[in-house]
Amino acid sequence: MGPFCRLLPAVCLAATFTTHAFAADLEPLLKRLLAVGPKGAGNREAQEAWEQVARADVSQLPAILTALDEAGPLSANWIRCAVDAIAERELRRGGKLPREELERFVLDRQRAPRARRLAYEWLVRVDPTTSDRLIPGMLDDPSVELRRDAVARLIGEATQMAEGTEPGKAVPLYRKALTAARDLDQINLLAAGLRKQGEAVNLARHFGFLVRWKLIGPFDTTGEKGYDVAYPPEREIDLEASYPGKHGQVQWIDYETDHDFGRVDLNKALGEEKDVVGYATAEFFSDREQEVEFRLASDDAVKLWLGGTLIDEHNVYHAGMYMDQYASRTKLKPGRNVILIKVCQNEQTQNWAQGWNFQLRLCDSTGGAVLSSDRE
Amino acid sequence: MRQRSLPLALALFALAACSGSDWLHFRGTDNRSVSDEKNLPKTFGDEENVAWKVPLPGRGPSCPIVVGGRVVVTCSSGPRQDRLHVLSFDAATGKLQWERQLWATGSTICNPYGAVADNTPASDGRLIFAFYSSNDLACFDLEGNLKWLRGLTYDHPTTRNEASMASSPLVLGEVVVVQLENQGESFVAGIDVATGATRWRLDRPADAVWCSPTVLRGKTREDDIVLLQTRGRFTGHDPRTGEELWLYEADCHTIASCTTCGACVYLPANGLHALRYDPTARSVELLWYEQRLRGGNSSPVVHDGRVYRIKSPAILVCADAADGRILWQLRLKGAIWATPVAADGHLYAVNHDGLVHVVRLGEKGELVGTSQIDSGILASPAVADGAIYFRSDAHLWKVAFPRASEANP
Repeated sequence: MGPFCRLLPAVCLAATFTTHAFAADLEPLLKRLLAVGPKGAGNREAQEAWEQVARADVSQLPAILTALDEAGPLSANWIRCAVDAIAERELRRGGKLPREELERFVLDRQRAPRARRLAYEWLVRVDPTTSDRLIPGMLDDPSVELRRDAVARLIGEATQMAEGTEPGKAVPLYRKALTAARDLDQINLLAAGLRKQGEAVNLARHFGFLVRWKLIGPFDTTGEKGYDVAYPPEREIDLEASYPGKHGQVQWIDYETDHDFGRVDLNKALGEEKDVVGYATAEFFSDREQEVEFRLASDDAVKLWLGGTLIDEHNVYHAGMYMDQYASRTKLKPGRNVILIKVCQNEQTQNWAQGWNFQLRLCDSTGGAVLSSDRE
Repeated sequence: MRQRSLPLALALFALAACSGSDWLHFRGTDNRSVSDEKNLPKTFGDEENVAWKVPLPGRGPSCPIVVGGRVVVTCSSGPRQDRLHVLSFDAATGKLQWERQLWATGSTICNPYGAVADNTPASDGRLIFAFYSSNDLACFDLEGNLKWLRGLTYDHPTTRNEASMASSPLVLGEVVVVQLENQGESFVAGIDVATGATRWRLDRPADAVWCSPTVLRGKTREDDIVLLQTRGRFTGHDPRTGEELWLYEADCHTIASCTTCGACVYLPANGLHALRYDPTARSVELLWYEQRLRGGNSSPVVHDGRVYRIKSPAILVCADAADGRILWQLRLKGAIWATPVAADGHLYAVNHDGLVHVVRLGEKGELVGTSQIDSGILASPAVADGAIYFRSDAHLWKVAFPRASEANP
């Protein structure tokens, strides 16, 4: 990492720190926490700095929370532990937290979502009315955790309505909550509620799962050699071409999944095979350059390309398949973007090792769907 | 099938009484799941012999540890289980002393029975090492002051397992040993307790293993050895350098961890292998092997010349530790995952439903009582200071006779 990159967090910290003045001696200490890097880098310096930050006056809490705006995952935990230590100590000695400042912090959507949630949780401890005042206005909050609480309230209202004398009036509440919801458990509840009222719910679309694919395979990978072998689709995507596959020539076929979570079952689509590889490709149209998250899942070894560039890969077989199992962040270009997925199936014979599946969705940082502009 | 390869007398000589204070690791300070505590309750419940019961903010199969009058436990919470908690409670009163939270930096996907707080924390008496299935490793002092952090999946992004990574850390001297065996980048590391830097690293086969490193105590702490299990290999290592000292080939269990007593090691491996370590030769020799001592996922317990295994779902088997002869079996209830604890002449075995079986140990095992605590228990209890500490997904319990406890807060 070059010198500029090392200084950048400190520069940003100073630049963004306009609304929360803090004791001059905290700034260099927070810089050391922000400088923590991978493989234990900076731990020794952070340890010394943390002890002093954790002794800061409680009035400095909003300023310390602001440092989370620039914190990487490791630094964030250093800062978080300091915030908790300060607040805990203050309450234990019978002191008070800076409620107004913390509430302003929670309501400032420019601040890091995690920092706002952390501030909120301490605020709730000292002022239980906080949730009633703040949460209802957070259905569209960039903090998924704050949003979740808002959705939960709406689910409660909708459920009560559904159990009342005019259950149909629950539908707009369910829809409103579903639009806002990002967590699987809440989404499942809302979908069930809507379906019970006779409403159609397209969960795959709600999540942003790609459901229309071109598939090709199986290619033979006997001996698990296929993961590192570039079969023809990795060299070119020619939808008219045919290639030697495991049992004769193979061509691209159209496939659409109707699975609620966009799961593509390659055993069903390409045949139940072992020691093989299959490919899936799809076009994604974006109306602008935008950063998105590719959330991929598979119970097999898998690779993901965007526009010919490998953006994610996992050489793991049959350890389970879970929604959003793998996440990578990258930019879509305006217009057409070509996605390619390679899914390898190995030779394991156990009955739990037969799945040959994948699912892919594109979303924003909250988990909200980003849809191709040509999607109905 | 039972095999003996060394004289019985030698095997008996190799057995030594072992004891410990506090409860500093998974299965106790010496990873043996045996306590010298006496006068422990044999029946307990909400109205009886519960010194205190406190709610926990999250789930976890991780076991409590006890260090210096504190009970330390980890939890994970949130819809994605990405909130990692460490809590320290006053052992006497159950009062919360401090709580710290981290945001997970690695994968939080785990099997439905488990949680990200799958791994029991460890302590050397001064520092606490909290480790999670996301491969986040955090060091705190006893007052909750953060000393250092590592995100081992953050450092090695393919080091993960969607069925969870449940291995608990082991602290020996200046090193905390963590075992991260999985289908991705798979390794065991010795992490410096003072700074969190990696002192040594051993590449391991790319395969999922959930066992924990285990200590084989030497004559002095300088002679302690780390025992590591993986498929097909069981090895002893110098904790200071990771150097492999010896190898024993066996089809090792990948969940149940070995246990020790004196110079003997009891290795679950398609049955149970009893080994004796010779520190002069730096090698192990097979004492006996008994295929019928194949157990479930809980680790074996060796106490007072007997070895105990739990066969799925809940059959307690007792064998002679000297030669592997099966002496008696006792059917318990439900399904038992948690390794039982031997203490006060009894074995405490808790099933998934929170039913604690108390078995009097002797010529025959006798079930002297069952006590119902919470449901949702995968954690083994900790035993220290005249008390037994159970943790469920919802609560931490202290079970002790009233005269051994303080008033509730």
